[in-house]
Amino acid sequence: MAYSDKVVDHYNNPRNVGSLDKKDPNVGTGLVGAPECGDVMKLQIKINPETQVIEDAKFKTFGCGSAIASSSLATEWLKGRSVDDALAIKNTAIVKELNLPPVKIHCSVLAEDAIKAAVRDYQHKQTTDGPKAEEAAVNA
Amino acid sequence: MALKLPIYMDYHATTPCDPRVFEAMRPYFTEVFGNAASRNHQFGWEAEEAVENGRRQVADLIGATSKEIVFTSGATESDNLALKGVADMYYERGDHLITVVTEHKAILDSCKKLEKRGFKVTYLPVGSDGLISPDDIKNAITDKTILVTVMMANNEIGVIQPIAEIGKVCKEKGVLFHTDATQAIGKIPFNVHDLNVDLASFSAHKMYGPKGVGGLYVRRKNPRVMLVPMIDGGGHERGMRSGTLNVTGIVGLGKACELAKDEMPVENERVFSLREKLRKGLMDELPDVYVNGNPTERLPGNLNISFAYVEGESLLMGINDIAVSSGSACTSASLEPSYVLKALGVGEELAHSSIRFGLGRFNTEEEVDYTIGRVNEAVNRLRELSPLWEMVQEGVDLSKVQWAGE
Repeated sequence: MAYSDKVVDHYNNPRNVGSLDKKDPNVGTGLVGAPECGDVMKLQIKINPETQVIEDAKFKTFGCGSAIASSSLATEWLKGRSVDDALAIKNTAIVKELNLPPVKIHCSVLAEDAIKAAVRDYQHKQTTDGPKAEEAAVNA
Repeated sequence: MALKLPIYMDYHATTPCDPRVFEAMRPYFTEVFGNAASRNHQFGWEAEEAVENGRRQVADLIGATSKEIVFTSGATESDNLALKGVADMYYERGDHLITVVTEHKAILDSCKKLEKRGFKVTYLPVGSDGLISPDDIKNAITDKTILVTVMMANNEIGVIQPIAEIGKVCKEKGVLFHTDATQAIGKIPFNVHDLNVDLASFSAHKMYGPKGVGGLYVRRKNPRVMLVPMIDGGGHERGMRSGTLNVTGIVGLGKACELAKDEMPVENERVFSLREKLRKGLMDELPDVYVNGNPTERLPGNLNISFAYVEGESLLMGINDIAVSSGSACTSASLEPSYVLKALGVGEELAHSSIRFGLGRFNTEEEVDYTIGRVNEAVNRLRELSPLWEMVQEGVDLSKVQWAGE
């Protein structure tokens, strides 16, 4: 299977690889997928509490090139968005941007799930604050 | 010698035609083009002579007689012919077959087809090293069993089954024994008498011959094995496989067998040392790397290896100037990881992380050195990208994590 140029570019030069402090109350962490399924994505967002804008996003992905590219692209799109706008990112937009074949659509779905999970974790922290949030992140 | 890219290290998928094989075949395309079944002129006689020469070369490699070789289009056809041909011939004697879960799909799908027609098939499991015990075969044989089929060398993990012992069990029980020897014949010593096999499938393109030709060894004495043909027509190949013989292909198959017979000991030693160099070069450098399948009972050129916390397809992408294959789901249409690795109890996450290196005749030490460097670099880079690697470094037990995707 040949990869699109954009997938290859994200694979060779992944954007925003890394980790944010998951204990930080302004950081939301999404961990989705499972090793048995061949895909695990960890996606983190850091939100400015004043503006509710995502000022940083990081990812790490265990998965095929399309999964890596989907999460890399997601972090690019997340930066500078409001939390609400982040939830508006749909997997179909990722499919279109990366030109993913049908067999790789699940990679884009996982990226959308990771965004949602990260936002949920952040929102959970805002309502409960503190110790449980980290647990939620690990269990996400 | 300068390194030429890309590097081919997928010798279990297919092998390049040896130039000597190609040269032997060359005249049979345009000059000696006769139909081997044309009995009444020079063109036919020359073609027939070439076919019989090829038949003898194949027979010599495996310790058979010429009359025991049936030419086919390849090992998939041979497997189909062996299983369906035996089932159709001996159904009055019994309706039970025995095979192994790690067989090639040509065997497993033929078995499924036979099950649909009312035959019963036992699929025996393998141990964590990929091997089957002859005792398991013995215990599975009933008075209804007509055929046992066990592949000699596995196409994914390269493990070599105890064929001689299994053959002995079958002989004692009076049950026919077929082996899919596609990865074995031409690669490791194979003798139909030492191994007690009654039927054996093989293919030219796995042993530096051309694609589209192979054969089935069918024992003629003690016992004399009969088959119902799948392809009817002119009664070629003693009625077992009709169709004009692929003279050019058979010449190539024969030459490939001759070369294998002459060069196997030296070649295997060389290929084995390359494989070991590759294995050590990867395992000495990288932690959490596991060889899949028995470490010693395996083809000299096979290295099936899992790089934990790195997904196989992404690794292939990172070493895209080296042609290998992966047990990862993502490289197959089915989205399921390798059923062979699953049968070993490898764990799906490690199955997703597996790479199959297949080394062969034309690989060089420079290629292995280059591959070691490329793979180590790619694995390290992808581990830096892997949340699993990060979690393990932080001391998280991945087996205790409740994954959202489960």
